[in-house]
Amino acid sequence: MEPLAQVRSRSVVIASSNIDTDQIIPARFLTTTTKEGLGRQLFADWRYAADGSPNPDFVLNLPAAADCRILVAGRNFGCGSSREHAPWALLDYGIRAVISTEIADIFKSNALKNGLLPITVDDATGQWLLANPGAEILVDLHSSSITLPDGTQSRFPIDAFARHCLLNGIDELGYLQSKLPDIERYEAARTW
Amino acid sequence: MAARTLFDKVWSEHEVVPETADTPAVLYIDLHLIHEVTSPQAFSLLRSRGLPVRRPDRTLATMDHSTPTRTEQVFGNIPIAVDAAAKQVRQLETNAADFGVELFAMRDARRGIVHVISPELGTTLPGMTIVCGDSHTSTHGAFGALAFGIGSTEVGHVFATQCLLQRKPKTLAVNVEGALRPGVTAKDLILHIIGKIGVSGGTGHVIEYRGSTIRALSMDERMTICNMSIEAGARAGMIAPDEVTLAYLRDKPRAPTGSAWDAAAARWRTLASDPGARFDASVDIDATTLEPMITYGTNPGMVVPVAATIPARPATGAGQTVFDKALSYMGFACGESLIGKRVDVVFIGSCTNGRLADLEAAASILKGRKIAKGVKLLIVPGSQQVKRDAESRGLAQIFKDAGADWRESGCSMCLGMNGDTVTSGQYCISTSNRNFEGRQGVGARTLLVSPLTAAASAVQGSIADPREYL
Repeated sequence: MEPLAQVRSRSVVIASSNIDTDQIIPARFLTTTTKEGLGRQLFADWRYAADGSPNPDFVLNLPAAADCRILVAGRNFGCGSSREHAPWALLDYGIRAVISTEIADIFKSNALKNGLLPITVDDATGQWLLANPGAEILVDLHSSSITLPDGTQSRFPIDAFARHCLLNGIDELGYLQSKLPDIERYEAARTW
Repeated sequence: MAARTLFDKVWSEHEVVPETADTPAVLYIDLHLIHEVTSPQAFSLLRSRGLPVRRPDRTLATMDHSTPTRTEQVFGNIPIAVDAAAKQVRQLETNAADFGVELFAMRDARRGIVHVISPELGTTLPGMTIVCGDSHTSTHGAFGALAFGIGSTEVGHVFATQCLLQRKPKTLAVNVEGALRPGVTAKDLILHIIGKIGVSGGTGHVIEYRGSTIRALSMDERMTICNMSIEAGARAGMIAPDEVTLAYLRDKPRAPTGSAWDAAAARWRTLASDPGARFDASVDIDATTLEPMITYGTNPGMVVPVAATIPARPATGAGQTVFDKALSYMGFACGESLIGKRVDVVFIGSCTNGRLADLEAAASILKGRKIAKGVKLLIVPGSQQVKRDAESRGLAQIFKDAGADWRESGCSMCLGMNGDTVTSGQYCISTSNRNFEGRQGVGARTLLVSPLTAAASAVQGSIADPREYL
């Protein structure tokens, strides 16, 4: 995984709360056996009409959304299914950070393992971001903070280990494998 | 030692390396369940690094999500309709063979939905840690296991090390007291709980369901409860093992036997939360006033009693937009009665309500009745074992006589990636777990209910109160 320290981008806003992973990538696209190329199907049922043409009202189809790397969404983003296809689809599309006032547990875990930053902010910041699509935002992982266009900074919580892995491009499996002697001892010691 | 919760006990017994401020815990996984949809990328990871599945003896594979349910497709010579699904199924066969993982393949008599087959085999046991690349892994918590869904990268971690890196979640006690009234089921209870705490009410927490109502439930019913923990955002749901749990497991094919059973049973009896154990949060539910429940919107928290009307728009806030969007998608308006609304499709099945007790409940209403003209009723057993049991007990005949389509096991119409879908704009009364937009097919409108309400609605041809059909 590539080291990741900062994301600076205009935001694209999907204000709905409780955006579930079935919306991010519908189940019928999960028959793939790879991680690649899912960006085309990101938000497929909101993004495309039944005949496959782009839905002109959906925000990702607007010219302003082009090249946005930061997605701002309503509360409880990524709820539902554990499909890692959701962060894979967002990343393949070009999103590098998702900001919401609450992000579902499994989605958050999956995102962190793929270099997609799941960022939770307080209600006031969340409301400002939802109301200001296209705002230029800086996400800085070193300081665990986001900076709004007026210079306001706010810190976001992130697990120290996940942050360390992202900043250094470390893959968590390597760390787990370094614990194999502990794992073997645990297995040998267990009596049940 | 301080009083500990069920969760605390299972967690601490599986800590290989405890967590610190800088590093998560290394948590040992006793049982790793896999299926065809979320495992291919994890097997690819192993191949790219030249790694084996470290503990194939703790790994069990089945195919359920993208498999067809028509008998002629499962056992005949008609191929899987979707090429990519067929490829995925073949890929799992290759991966299981290459890595030495036991697989219940398409025509195996033990195949079924991953969360149905493991309990019925007796591979799901109290006190275990169980994971699967599937959010409804929470089902196994009904046995007092710590069971949760993971992503495909983590599936790869478990393959390679039999462990996961995890931060310890918080605990939420859901205390449920009193007897459920006739016509009110475990499904109605969990829908009520989700409505009460909200679809993110459990985020960051492991729920323990407690109280006299929970203790009075069968294992099939407890699985329905724990299954939908994820719909409240919870990491997992657990119920303390008791004599009901032990009686269920006693004769299961892979449960311990002889002295090993005695030792295991003695240990399982110590797992319940100690008196006075502290939870990070708690919620109290009075079960005696509950009614059959139904969802009216596009997430499982948008739920009301079936006899109620669709609630008023939230007075303020972000909830308004979501509410308006959901009602527009569903084609409903505030204040409308749900009873009597149009039904096109009824689906009875899934890891939530595809077990024998669910089919018995449906049969209790369908027996001697016919489904209404114009309604399609699909009944899909959770496993081939459930199918055989339903056939030997005469339930399948009741279903066929009523006009239902009786299928082979699988996830089927719960998520519509296997050929079983609801057409755009149609209303589906479903015993599954998610009423998200498009979940059962593009434009499909899903209303989540119990098997009783589903069966009653199929007979009436419109949304029905099951209490009128008992």
